[in-house]
Amino acid sequence: MTPATTAKAGAPVPAAIKYQGTVHELQKQLMTRYYDELTAIAQGGPGRSAQLLIAGNPVEILRAFDMIPVFPEVNALQLAVRKTSLPLIQKAEELGYATDNCAYVKADIGMWSSGGVAPFGTIPKPDILVCNYVGCNVYLNWFEHLAELVGSPAMNIDIPFLRTPSGVASEDDVRYVMAQLQELIALLERITGTAFDEDKFVEIVERSARVGELWTKIKELTKRRPAPYDAYFDSVTMMAPLYCLRGTVEAVEFFERAYEEMSARAEAGTGPLAQERFRIVIEGPPPWPFLRAFRDLFSRWGAVAVASTYSTVGGLWEFGFRHDVARPLESVARHMLEANLCNRSLLQRYQQIERYVSEWDADALVIHSVKSCRLFSAGQGDMREHFVHDMELPTLLIESDLEDPRYFSHAQLRNRIDAFFEALEQRRITAGVVAAEAARAAS
Amino acid sequence: MTLDLARYRDVIEDRDYPTVRAWRERTGGKVIGCFPVYAPVEVPYALGMLPIGLFGGGNRIEIANADSRFQSFICSIVKSTLELAFVGKLDLVDGLLFHSICDPARNLSSVMERNFPQRPSIYVHLPQNMTSPHAAPYLASELRRVGAALAPIAGRTLTPEDLARSIEAYETVRHLLRELYALRSQAPERISTGELYTLARLVTLMDPADSAPILTAAHAATRDRDARPKDRIRVVLVGSFCEQPPLELIESLEESGCYIVNDDFLLGWRWAQRRIRPNSDPFLQLAHAYLDESEHLRTKHDLRQPRAQALIESARAQRADAVIFLGAKFCEPGLFDYALYRKALDQNGIPHLFLEFEEKMWLYDRIRSEVETFVESMLFAEAVS
Ligand code: SF4
Ligand code: SF4
Repeated sequence: MTPATTAKAGAPVPAAIKYQGTVHELQKQLMTRYYDELTAIAQGGPGRSAQLLIAGNPVEILRAFDMIPVFPEVNALQLAVRKTSLPLIQKAEELGYATDNCAYVKADIGMWSSGGVAPFGTIPKPDILVCNYVGCNVYLNWFEHLAELVGSPAMNIDIPFLRTPSGVASEDDVRYVMAQLQELIALLERITGTAFDEDKFVEIVERSARVGELWTKIKELTKRRPAPYDAYFDSVTMMAPLYCLRGTVEAVEFFERAYEEMSARAEAGTGPLAQERFRIVIEGPPPWPFLRAFRDLFSRWGAVAVASTYSTVGGLWEFGFRHDVARPLESVARHMLEANLCNRSLLQRYQQIERYVSEWDADALVIHSVKSCRLFSAGQGDMREHFVHDMELPTLLIESDLEDPRYFSHAQLRNRIDAFFEALEQRRITAGVVAAEAARAAS
Repeated sequence: MTLDLARYRDVIEDRDYPTVRAWRERTGGKVIGCFPVYAPVEVPYALGMLPIGLFGGGNRIEIANADSRFQSFICSIVKSTLELAFVGKLDLVDGLLFHSICDPARNLSSVMERNFPQRPSIYVHLPQNMTSPHAAPYLASELRRVGAALAPIAGRTLTPEDLARSIEAYETVRHLLRELYALRSQAPERISTGELYTLARLVTLMDPADSAPILTAAHAATRDRDARPKDRIRVVLVGSFCEQPPLELIESLEESGCYIVNDDFLLGWRWAQRRIRPNSDPFLQLAHAYLDESEHLRTKHDLRQPRAQALIESARAQRADAVIFLGAKFCEPGLFDYALYRKALDQNGIPHLFLEFEEKMWLYDRIRSEVETFVESMLFAEAVS
C-alpha cells in the first residue's frame, strides 16, 4: 500500500506542505542579526563573545556581562543545513579526527581551521570558552580541543550527572554548581574589567523565566487535535532563538509572537498538514543536511510529531521548570542540573517519552538514531525494546546522522518509514473492523 | 611463592571469574563490578565487599543479545559487558559502579539497571573542574554518597576507619605495581609486558590482601632475571585505557620488535603517581589524591596540563623511541585524544603509529606486519644516522 492509496482512508495528503509562517520569517531575521553582530566583533568591532554549549547553560550570567553567547552546535547545524558541512568534516579528518568522532565537533574544527568563516557569518575568537559539562562527554573533548586550537581562556563547569532515580539534584550538587558559577562570575569580572551587576542579572533571569513560560504554553498546544505545528520539525525553528537569544527582550517578543500565531492556528483547527493522520513522538536529533527530505517522508503519511525529545536538549520546561527571580543563581544551577535532556539518564528519557505518549496522546514512537551523537543514540535499541515490549507502543528505529551527509540513505529510510506506517494503517483498519464487529454483535 | 604466570593467564581470561568465586565462597562477602576506567574501589572494599574490574567479554564470548540494545557503531566492551549479564556471568556480582567516561558507558549503566533491576547500578560523579577549590570537598561528599548507596548491599555502614584501612590495602598494591612498572622501564628484558599485564589484571580480580604477595613474589622472581636486552625499540603505548586488547595482541606487539616501556592498560587500577598524601579525613584524602596526584587519566579533563603534553613528557621520561596509539575500535574518547596526540608528537618529532583493535579479535598478522615495518624503519633510520 502506498501513501497515496492509504490516503483514501481520509482526506488526501497534499504533496506540497506549507512550512513558512511569520514565526519562521521572524526567526530568520533574528538569527541574521545575531550572526551579523558576531561578524562585526570578528572584524574588530566592539563587543565580546563567549563560547558555551547548548545543554543547560548559564547564558544569563554571560548576558549580564554583555557577552554574546556562541554555541558551536548551532554553528555546526547551520553549516549542515546549508550543505557545507562535508568539506569541513573532511578537513578535520585530515587533521587526525576519526570517522567515529561526533561530526558536530569535526565540522566546527574544520570551520576554525578555516578562520571561523561560515556562510552565515564569521565567528569571533571568543573572550572565554565556558565548557558547561552537562551530561555529554564529547563536550569536554570538544572544548579541550578548542582551547588548544583557538587559544582563548577556558573553564570547565562541572555539572554532576543527574544520577539518582528521583530526577532531583542533591543539595550537594546544587551547592557545588552554584559555587562554580560564582567562580565563573569572578573570572568574567577579571576578563571584562567590569563588576557583576546583580540587578541586570535578575532582569535577564526574569526574561528567561518568561520565555520558559511561553515555550511551555506553545508546547502544550500540540496536545490538541490537530496539533497546530509539528513539535519536531517546527520546534527547531523556535529553538535557535530559545538558545541564542534567551534572556534578551527580543527573545521574549519572539516567543510572544510565536505563541500568538500558534494559538490562533490551534483555535482555527489548522495543523501543519492538510490532515493529521498519525500522532508521533520523535526521539533523537534531526538529520540537518536533509531536514526537508526527512520531513517529507513523514508528511506523506500524514504523520505529525506532537512531542520530541530533541526539543529539550537545551532545556526541559514543559514539566514545570522555570528560572526564578527569587533565587536567580540557584535556578540557573538547577536548569543545568535537572532541567535539560542531556544531564538526565537514559531511563529518565524513557519516562519523558512515556509522558509524551500519554499526555500528548501519540500513536507511535520514531527513534532517529544518529551515529555522531552517542549521548542520544547509545542504547536506543534498548529503548525500542522497552517501548515495544513493556509499553506495547509501535516503535520505529531508523539510522542516519545529524551532520555528516554520508550517512543519509534516502531510499532505505523511505522503505523503513513506509513499511512502518503501512503496518500502523493496517492495524488501524483491523482495529476498526474488530470494533465494528463487536458493535454489531452487541446490537 | 612461585610465579605461576600460565595459571594467572587462565584466570584473567576466564569469565567464570574463579578468583572471585573462591573469595565469595571463602568470605561470604558481596562483589561489586567496576566498569572502567576508574572506580573508587576503596569504598566497597572498606564495606567488606570485593570490587572487581569488568573488562567485557574478551575474545571468549559471542554477542547474541546485546547487539539488539547497542548499535553497530558502539565499542565492543559496552556490548560484551552487557552480554555477560544476559548470559548469567555477572550473577556473582551484587552491584555495579559506573562513571562518566563516555556516552555509551553512561547509557550502559541505565540499560543494565532496566534489564537487571536486582543488581543496582551506582553512578559515581568524578569532578571535571580541576581548578575549583570546591571540587575536592564535593568529591569527598560524593564518595560518602557512594558509600551510603553501597551500604544496603553490604549490610553495614561505612566508617572513616574502615576507609582508611582500605586505602592502605590498595596503596600497597599500587606501590607494588609501580615497582614492577619501573622495573620494566629500566630493564624491559626482565619482565615482559605480557607478564606485567597479567599481574596487573589479576589485581582487578582479587582481594588486595591476596594479590599483594603475588606481586611481591613476581618482583623478586623477575628483578634479577638473567636476560639479555634484544634489539628492540622502546615504545610508550596509549589508547587502551578502557576496552582491553587481547593478551596475544600485546605479546605480538613485543615480538614484533618493541619493548613497551609504559602503557595505559588498566590505568584506573593504578592511578596514583606516588604514595598519596595523608589526611585525617580519608574521604578528603582520596578526593585530593584523585584531583591532584593521579596520572593524566583519560577520563580526567584537566585544563591545567594539556594531555598531549603529559604524553610527550612520559615519552621523554621513559626514553621512548616512539609512541604507539592502540585504540579500541569505535572508542570515541580515545579517538579524540589521538587527534591531539598526533599533532603534538609530530611537533616534537616523536615517531608514532596508529593501530586499532577489537577485544574479540583473533588474528594479529596485519597489526604485526604494520608494527614490524614501523620498527624496521626506525631501526634503519637509527643505523644510517
Ligand atoms: S555527542 Fe551529541 S550532545 Fe554531544 S556534542 Fe555531539 S551532538 Fe552534541
Ligand atoms: S572503549 Fe571507549 S567508547 Fe567504549 S566504553 Fe570504553 S571509553 Fe567508552
